[in-house]
Amino acid sequence: MTDDLLKRAKDKFGNAEVYRVRSESYPISFENNHLKEVMRRDQAGVALRVISNGRVGFSSTTNPERESELVDRVGTLAPFGSEAKFEFPAQADIPDVATYDSAVENITNESLIKKGQRLLDALLAKWPEALCDVRFGRSMAEESVQNSAGVERSVKHSGYYAAIGAQLIRGTDMLNVWASHSSHNVFGEDVEDRVLAEVLEALEHSKELASAPSGDVPVLFTPRGVAATLLDPLLSGFNGKNVVTGSSPIIGREGEKALDSRLSVYDNPLLAGASGSRPVDDEGIPARKIGLIENGVIGEPVFDLQTAGQAGRKSTGSAQRGLASTPNPGISVVDIAAGDTPYAQMLAEMEDGLIIEGLLGAGQGNELGGDFRANVALGYRVKNGEIVGRVKDTMISGNVYTVLDNIEAIADTSEWVYGSIRTPAMRCRGVELASGGDAS
Amino acid sequence: MTYQDQIDDALKGHGADYCEIRIEETDSTRLTYRGKELEDIAQTSGRGGNVRAVVNGGWGFASFNDLDDLKEKVGGAVEQARLVGGEGTKLADVDPVVDIVPPVVVNSAADVPLDEKKRQMDHYNDLVWSVEGIQSSDIIYGDNRRRVTFGSSQGTYIEQEFNHVISRISAQAREGGDVQQAGFSLGSLGDYNLVQGLDEQVIDAAKRAVGLLSAKALTGGERTVILDPVLAGVFVHEAFGHLSEADNVSENEKLLELMYMGRKFGGKHLNFTDGAAIPGLRGSYKYDDEGTPAVRTPLVRDGELVGRLHSRETAAMLDEKPTGNARAIGFNFPPIVRMTNTIIEPGEATLEDLLEGVDEGVYVANWYGGMTQHEMFTFSSGEAYMIRNGKIEEPVRPVMLTGNLFNTLENLDAVGNDLDMNQGGGCGKGGQMPLPVSNGSPHIRIRNCLISGA
Repeated sequence: MTDDLLKRAKDKFGNAEVYRVRSESYPISFENNHLKEVMRRDQAGVALRVISNGRVGFSSTTNPERESELVDRVGTLAPFGSEAKFEFPAQADIPDVATYDSAVENITNESLIKKGQRLLDALLAKWPEALCDVRFGRSMAEESVQNSAGVERSVKHSGYYAAIGAQLIRGTDMLNVWASHSSHNVFGEDVEDRVLAEVLEALEHSKELASAPSGDVPVLFTPRGVAATLLDPLLSGFNGKNVVTGSSPIIGREGEKALDSRLSVYDNPLLAGASGSRPVDDEGIPARKIGLIENGVIGEPVFDLQTAGQAGRKSTGSAQRGLASTPNPGISVVDIAAGDTPYAQMLAEMEDGLIIEGLLGAGQGNELGGDFRANVALGYRVKNGEIVGRVKDTMISGNVYTVLDNIEAIADTSEWVYGSIRTPAMRCRGVELASGGDAS
Repeated sequence: MTYQDQIDDALKGHGADYCEIRIEETDSTRLTYRGKELEDIAQTSGRGGNVRAVVNGGWGFASFNDLDDLKEKVGGAVEQARLVGGEGTKLADVDPVVDIVPPVVVNSAADVPLDEKKRQMDHYNDLVWSVEGIQSSDIIYGDNRRRVTFGSSQGTYIEQEFNHVISRISAQAREGGDVQQAGFSLGSLGDYNLVQGLDEQVIDAAKRAVGLLSAKALTGGERTVILDPVLAGVFVHEAFGHLSEADNVSENEKLLELMYMGRKFGGKHLNFTDGAAIPGLRGSYKYDDEGTPAVRTPLVRDGELVGRLHSRETAAMLDEKPTGNARAIGFNFPPIVRMTNTIIEPGEATLEDLLEGVDEGVYVANWYGGMTQHEMFTFSSGEAYMIRNGKIEEPVRPVMLTGNLFNTLENLDAVGNDLDMNQGGGCGKGGQMPLPVSNGSPHIRIRNCLISGA
C-alpha cells in the first residue's frame, strides 16, 4: 500500500478509501471576434471516505498542508454520517478503454490560437456582421482510487475541445448559435469544420423569422434538440438515487414495454473517443454498457455502491464524484441507437411542424416525473417539408414518457452532441406548444 | 512568509501592464438528506490562488492549489497575456487601497456545533415526513467561509472574508408516474438563525407537494400574472439584470445601440437597482474581486436606462464609472461582470390594488430557477394559483414564464409597495456557478405574459 493517508486511515478505521485527482487544463478564448484570454488551470485534491461502526465519514481538501487533518476529521464526522450499505470492493479486472491521447501533451497555445483564428475567419467571411466567440482547450488529468480492500486504480484522462458561437442582432431581434465537440482524443480540421458547419447551418436557417405552428403538429428534435429536451427528464428516472427514494417513475416497471419499440438507450462508458468514456468508475468498480431502454422496454437503473446497497442490488459501475461530496450514481456516455429513416426524409414528410435545436430554461421545473418545459431558444418552422424560418417567443412542454411513446421516425444515423452523447434525430408527437400573440 | 509578503515578492518586476494575485482559503460544511435518511455529511477545506495579467489588452490567467513558486506563476500568466496581445490595455482608474476588512457575522454558523446542525435538519426532515402522502424529501444545508487575500501591481492589498449559509428544503409526493415537488430556498451572510424556526414553512411545503397531485395543469398561453416578491426578484435578475452586465455590450455596438443611456423600457413606476453596497444581503461586500469598492448602481429610473454594471475593463471601454461588479466564484476562475443584490424599488400599490381588475389571471410565487439569453428570458414559479375576479383562489401546477426584454417591461403595469428579498439563489454565468446573489421586489403585475403548459 503506497498511499500514506490510506494507511493511516486503515489503521484507525479498518475500512477506508482515498480518492485523489490532479488536473491541468489550457483553455484559450476568442471573444467578440478577437483573441481575449489564454489560461492555465491546475487543480489537485484528495478525499477520504471511511466506514466506522457502520457509518460513513467523509472529508476532503485541496490544501496540501491540511491533508493530515483528514483522518481526525472523518473520525469526528462518521458518528453523524449515513449508514453504510456497502463494503469497499476488491480489485477487479477492468475492460480496456482508451482514455488518454498523449498527443494532447504537445499541443501549444500558439497552435490552438491559429486553429481558432482559422475558424473565426471562416465564419466572418460568410457572416461579416456576426460577433463570434471561439474556444479551444486541452487537458490532462489523473484520478486514482485506493481502498483498504485492495482496489488500486489510477486512470489518466486527456481532454480536447473546440466550441464556436455566433451572435447576430437585427433591430431588437437577437440570435445566438453555439456548437462544440469534445473528446479524449485530439481531433483534426475535419471535426472542427463539422462544428463550424453546424453554426453556419443554424445561421442560414434563421435568416427569416416564422410564426410558430399551432395544434397537434409533429416536432422534429435534432440530435442537439434530443439532448436539450428529452434526455435529462428521461435519465433522471434511471438514476439509482431517485429509485431508492421512490421518486422515479420507472420503479416497478423494469421489463415493461413502455416506449416506442424502436427506442434503445444505453449508458456506454466503453464507447471509445467519447469524452465521458472510462474503464472503471470512481469507486473502482469496472464500467460496463448498461441497457437503460432496449426496444422500448424499461431496463436497469444505474447505481453506485451506496444506492445499490440501499436498493438491495449491485453497483453498475456508475459512481461519479468530485472532491466536494461522496460519490453519486450517474450516466457517463449516452448512446441512443439509430433508426431507419434518412434525416432528409424525416424533414420532407413534415407538412407543418417545428424543429427543435436548443432550449432556454430546460431543467428549471419538476423533471422527476419526466415532464419538460422550456422556451424555444433555437427552433425552425417547417412547411411542406422545408424550413421556412426561425421560431421565437414560443414554449414547448410535455412528458418524455408520452413523447417517446409517440415517435414517428428515428433518423438512420446517430450523431455526437458535445462529445458525451450520441443520438439520432427523432420526430415525435405529443409536444404542447404555446406562443405569444405578438410573436413575429 | 505572510501572504502579503509572498504577493509583494511575486509581483516585483512582473512586466505586464497590470497584474494581480488572489489567494483563497475555504472551509465548508454540508448536510444532505434524500428520503428518510441523511445522505451525506461532509466537511471540506480548500486553498488555492491565481495570477491574472494583462498586456496590451490581452489577458493571461493561471490558477493553482499549490502556492510554491508564485513568481514563476506570475511569469507564466504574463507570458500568456503577451501571446494574446491586442490594441492596448484599458482599465478604469480605481484608487489603490490597503484594507484588512474585519468579518461581520452575526450568529456565525461556524460557531455552531455539528450535532446541533444535524439535530435541526433531522427535525425538518421528520416534519416533512409527518405529512401524509410524502414520497421523499430533499434537504440541503450548507455553510461556507471564504477568506480572500488580494494584491495588485497598482499597490492595492485587501483581505476580506465571505460567510454564507444556504438551505433548500423540498418535499416530493407521488401518485403512479406523477411526481410533484414543492419547497423553498434560503440564504444568509453566515447567520445561522436563518435555518431556525422554519417549522411552519416546512410543513406548508410538504402539504403543497401533496396538494399538487390533485391540482390541475394550465394550458400554455398569454395571461395576466401577479408575481410575489420572491419570484419578481428572480424576474428582475433574469429579465433585466443580465443585460445590464456591461461585458455583454462593451464590444457589441449593435447591442449598445439598443441599450443606450436614456432608453425607455416602460412606465415611470419602473426603478431597478443593483449594488453590493446595500448591506446585509448575500450579494453584499466591501470590495469586488478586482479590489474595486462596491457601490449602489441605479439601472433604471422612471422607466429609463440610467446605469449598468462594470468591471474595470468594461468601465474603461465605455468610458463609464467602475461599479465593483467583477466577481469570481473561486480562485480557479477570473472575475467577470456579475450582479450582486438586484432590486425592483417599491411603488405605492398594495397587493389588493394589483389584484383589482384582474378578472382571470395567475398568481405565481416562489421559484425553481431562471435563465437568460440576451433579450429572451425564462423563469419558473414554485407555486401558482388562479386569480378570479380579483381573488387568489385554488392552486394549479407551477408554471414557467417567458418573455422578451423589449416588450415584457412595457407590459409590467403595476409595482407594489411590499419589497421583500429572495436570498436563496445562486447565479450562473460563464461556467461560474453558484455565485451568491440576492434579488428582491414588491409584488408586480405583468399583462400578456407567456406561460407554459404543464
